[in-house]
Amino acid sequence: MLRDITIGQYYQTKSVIHELDPRVKIVATLAFIIFLFMVNNLTGYAVAAAYLATIIYLSHVPPTFIFRGMKAIFMLLMITFLFNLFLTPGETLVSFWIFTITKEGLILAGKMAVRLTFLITGSSVLTLTTTPNQLTDGLEVLLNPLKKLKVPVHEIAMMMAIALRFIPILMEETDKIMKAQMARGADFETGGMIKKAKSLVPILVPLFISAFRRANDLAMAMEARCYHGGDGRTRMKPLVYKRKDFVAYLVLVVFMVTMIVCGRAGFLI
Amino acid sequence: MRFCNKIADSLKVIIRKKNYMITKHKDNPDNMNNNSSHMIHTENVRFQYVKHDEDGNPVGTVTAVDGVDMTINRGEFIAILGHNGSGKSTLAKHFNALLYPSEGAVFVDGMDTTDDDKVWDIRQKAGMVFQNPDNQIIGQIVEEDVGFGPENMGVPTDEIWERVNESLKTVGMYEYRKASPNHLSGGQKQRVSIAGVIAMHPECIIMDEPTAMLDPSGRKEVIRAARALNDVEGITVILITHYMEEVVHADRIFVMDKGRVVMSGTPREVFSQVDKLQELRLDVPQVTLLADSLRKKGLDIPAGILTREELISALADLKHKQDSDRQ
Amino acid sequence: MALKLDHVNYIYDADTEMAHVALKDVSLEIGNGEFIGLIGHTGSGKSTLVTHLNGLVKPTSGQVLFDGHDINEKDYDRKKLRSKVGLVFQYPEHQLFETDVFADVCFGPKNLGLSKDEIEKRAYEALRMVGLSDDFYKQSPFDLSGGQKRRVAIAGVLAMEPEILVLDEPTAGLDPKGKNEILDLLKNLHEEKGITVVLVSHSMEDVANYVDRIIVMDHGQVQFDDEPKKVFASYKELEKMGLAAPQVTYIMKDLKEKGFNVDDTVTTIEEASDEIMKQFT
Repeated sequence: MLRDITIGQYYQTKSVIHELDPRVKIVATLAFIIFLFMVNNLTGYAVAAAYLATIIYLSHVPPTFIFRGMKAIFMLLMITFLFNLFLTPGETLVSFWIFTITKEGLILAGKMAVRLTFLITGSSVLTLTTTPNQLTDGLEVLLNPLKKLKVPVHEIAMMMAIALRFIPILMEETDKIMKAQMARGADFETGGMIKKAKSLVPILVPLFISAFRRANDLAMAMEARCYHGGDGRTRMKPLVYKRKDFVAYLVLVVFMVTMIVCGRAGFLI
Repeated sequence: MRFCNKIADSLKVIIRKKNYMITKHKDNPDNMNNNSSHMIHTENVRFQYVKHDEDGNPVGTVTAVDGVDMTINRGEFIAILGHNGSGKSTLAKHFNALLYPSEGAVFVDGMDTTDDDKVWDIRQKAGMVFQNPDNQIIGQIVEEDVGFGPENMGVPTDEIWERVNESLKTVGMYEYRKASPNHLSGGQKQRVSIAGVIAMHPECIIMDEPTAMLDPSGRKEVIRAARALNDVEGITVILITHYMEEVVHADRIFVMDKGRVVMSGTPREVFSQVDKLQELRLDVPQVTLLADSLRKKGLDIPAGILTREELISALADLKHKQDSDRQ
Repeated sequence: MALKLDHVNYIYDADTEMAHVALKDVSLEIGNGEFIGLIGHTGSGKSTLVTHLNGLVKPTSGQVLFDGHDINEKDYDRKKLRSKVGLVFQYPEHQLFETDVFADVCFGPKNLGLSKDEIEKRAYEALRMVGLSDDFYKQSPFDLSGGQKRRVAIAGVLAMEPEILVLDEPTAGLDPKGKNEILDLLKNLHEEKGITVVLVSHSMEDVANYVDRIIVMDHGQVQFDDEPKKVFASYKELEKMGLAAPQVTYIMKDLKEKGFNVDDTVTTIEEASDEIMKQFT
């Protein structure tokens, strides 16, 4: 199940989107998310959907691959949907037992579901088309102004890059430890909350120890390769805006304006 | 909790070292003057650490390295053998200024490793490859990992690319340059780690049990890469291992036990003392064991046989002699 | 007829484009009291096979039978099975988690729902079997040496009193001293306790002196299943699979080629030495 999560994974292929500067993609994703919450009618969502569809098409990432990743967070989506559906006060549509569905609830639940789906799809596209290193490089450069405020931007970026590198390794390790403890008769499925929580100890302790051991080894390996923080470091892949990046920014502005014009105009709903 | 302390310590080291900037990535003219033929030289190195109990109270000191004098010349292929806990890895970490001697001194290309101004020069000159392939790859993509060292040294972008491509070709991993390290075999990952060190243009590579976690084919790959570095590039190689069959081609061997060097010499000199090696619980290759057993039974074959070919030809000669004597 | 695999297939990520076959039509039997070496290089399917033996992984098709019962049947008691087929994973010391050695070894029997006395009795017995004295019982497992930690981990599985003990690369990462200790320990368990041992390894040399049957895996299939001598006779095929026969085998083959009249099926140094001496008397 863990391997189904596509957020944070990189899909290797050649496409215009893959070749864009990571800064463009980060800014675009952020803009998209902000605008998504400003839009409040169907036309706006339609524009957003068209935008997403275009990007996915251009990215050459198979849509099935993206939506398989959605399966993992389907539960989260359903819970948000149901909460909004039943807990919003307003004009009653249907009522049974203790549940009441209101018109407002239905609209809100629908909107939130669409927004969340778009949000997750949008950010998946970012991570699917950008290597984690490019992503952290992009973030580091974008956040650079914060250095003046004594924010350790380089260190944060490096930490993120390392975390991303070790996620698949630690996931595999979790799976191994789980199997090993199951071979010793451990049971992770039955029992109440407390018993289940307790049954995690034999997994978490070895996992933490392993993570610390890896961190220790890695720190030593980095030192041995002359790592001494961000000062005086050069870049193998420096970020330089190219023509297509400016074009992408332009396209982004056009899309966002369309989205906001249509989305706030107030037709339909 | 001890693990937390350990990690905090390693982080502290990084932060402390951050204050010292690398001098220059180019060869420092100062170092050219004391350019000796000694790549690494140690003088009576002793390394002790204090052992703590659960609550952090000191319970005693452990001497991991106990008075080691060692001189390694430029261009040599050196092997350091010993079982786990013999102090070989601890010693190796001194060659890269990752550890400092409690007593004695370590010189890398004439530079004292305790000299804080030289620490980055030393690490660039003497690169290090570690045991666990997963825990030393920092990059998400092979080429980005190989570029990590040069980036830290402040090498200009164009030159980083040159160095990365050339290093990956040296270890035969060029066609995997765009791959994710997670999809490589253990042997391939170790070759990437070696490339990451070569890209820093070191004069010496220390390999700390690079094959301990690999299967036989992975071990062969790594040893082949190490030998090529020594033969073709002329880089001094220090291979730390407990597999004796990996060291038959070394120029010199040091065998360590309880923190001391207990045997040293050419592979032949060392391998001819089979009983002593077994006493030190080392894995003597089967061919050497067999030759030794035959010698003990009275066969007149040379001591310190290292390869199958040597044994076969020695036996064939003997048989030829026996047959002609009979006639 | 303790454990039987019947036409087992296993496909990773079966429903995705990344699907690949890990096991292909594997049929074999592990009888009582055997000492088996399961050999193959990394990715040959040997580790996947091992996880099928106690029902941790379900075959895509085919059956795994223990004493004649399909272990993947819905109402089969797999927890009980896991106590009978003890599985020691690679680097088993990485699963230690308790504050002291004794408590860690108790984890397995505790999961079986035994009485406190029985749990402790089994833990003592298991620790005794792996050769760890009382001094270690109250120590933190993390303070031990690599070889000792591994023995604690093996004791953790032994405490469940398995009939079959399967170990995945039990000597990986150990130095020769630790390696021999573990292999001798397994030999003792086999001889004294009569436990069936399945030793998974990529090194022929290590297992040649211990096992009485070798199963060679390659590309997810069983390539050889015979006594060591007969398997090593096919050393050329083994090489194509990235494996090698023990060095002794090669020496004897070479000698035979050079016109020596030696038995080229011997696998140990002592046998080879005796065999060669016969030529010089």
